[in-house]
Amino acid sequence: MSPRTAQIRLVSSHREVYEPCDDSFALVDALLADQANLLRHQPKLCLELGCGSGYVITSLALILGKEGHYIATDINPHAVRVTQETLEAHGVHAELINTNIASGLETRLAGLVDVIVVNPPYVPTPEDEVGREGIASAWAGGENGRAVIDKILPVADNLLSEKGWLYMVTLSENNPSEICLQMREKGYASRILVQRLTDEESLQIIKFWRDFDSQLEEKEMAENKTVPSRVMESLLSQFPRMPFLRGNNSNSS
Amino acid sequence: MRLLSHNMLSSNIKGVTNGFPLRIEAEKVVVKQVDLNVRFLKNMFPKIEWKALVEASRTMGYAELPEEVEPSKLDSRDFLQKFHHALLELVLEEGALVCPETGRRFPVSKGIPNMLLHEDEV
Ligand SMILES: C[S@@+](CC[C@H](N)C(=O)[O-])C[C@H]1O[C@@H](n2cnc3c(N)ncnc32)[C@H](O)[C@@H]1O
Repeated sequence: MSPRTAQIRLVSSHREVYEPCDDSFALVDALLADQANLLRHQPKLCLELGCGSGYVITSLALILGKEGHYIATDINPHAVRVTQETLEAHGVHAELINTNIASGLETRLAGLVDVIVVNPPYVPTPEDEVGREGIASAWAGGENGRAVIDKILPVADNLLSEKGWLYMVTLSENNPSEICLQMREKGYASRILVQRLTDEESLQIIKFWRDFDSQLEEKEMAENKTVPSRVMESLLSQFPRMPFLRGNNSNSS
Repeated sequence: MRLLSHNMLSSNIKGVTNGFPLRIEAEKVVVKQVDLNVRFLKNMFPKIEWKALVEASRTMGYAELPEEVEPSKLDSRDFLQKFHHALLELVLEEGALVCPETGRRFPVSKGIPNMLLHEDEV
């Protein structure tokens, strides 16, 4: 029987490519936890943005089997090559594109992607460290670690199909509750699949999906310019210690 | 790079309005066998720009795709085989993708296209 996720000893590496780390493992754990749903979902096109070593896209291809078609991008030319090697070592395939987020794919791939996975550069850093050559671009996320995340979200929204799902890694410093709220305004529901506290980081893996109820809310929010209280309640229950939400909630009630 | 990817890529240079399809310059083409998946092909068919696929597969040395198609063709095993071969089995290993409007070349090396833009192109 084939292994369910990529095996570390078969993951290729390069000194300028991000090695699988706690965040990568947490993302794959979330995919495993959601495996039954993913299999029922029968995604045709799956995309990873920022594939690094290829650990995640390889695991996704192993989890889902050969039914679907996989595409992975990275801004780092070494990363797409390393990902190619990792995929080959596991006998699976993904199409690789060396590009900024999904630049070049956005016109034709709009509305076609059923699953997007992203472990973005999320570490808060000075703005000018974002997008530099080499390994620093693997983690440097600018103010609140949001520089690249905030570019990825509208792209993901454009690429996802009607039934599309997005799995994304965030750090508490990224203000994930605010991200969920922004996505809510675009018509997405969200849920934290995995939370992980490491020595240095508090990580969340959040799943987003297009949700009919939240599309109604989107209208409501546009008309009233406030967040419906039931939305606030569901977000609050997931992010109990988020200062952003507390403040906002007391304003709107 | 498979031709499915070629069919999904456009020139991303700022100001370009007619960036699709990218012209292929083929230096090295390989054929990699892939299991035929009828359901996938039927799902993808309506999303494919057919003329671009016909043209691209010709440039890669495969001239078996019909110029025109209707969805009823998908019932023919022979057609599915050809569609499958063009879409998934022809691989551009070395060469370039050329922007139809500006002539800018995006290199393809070891099967991977480089769509990164220079600062003055973003
Ligand atoms: C935290 S690493 C994750 C790597 C891998 N997916 C994993 O989970 O182990 C972030 C990756 O995103 C890539 N990246 C950063 N900015 C990017 C951008 N603008 N477009 C595409 N990829 C980017 C980096 O090169 C790096 O490989």
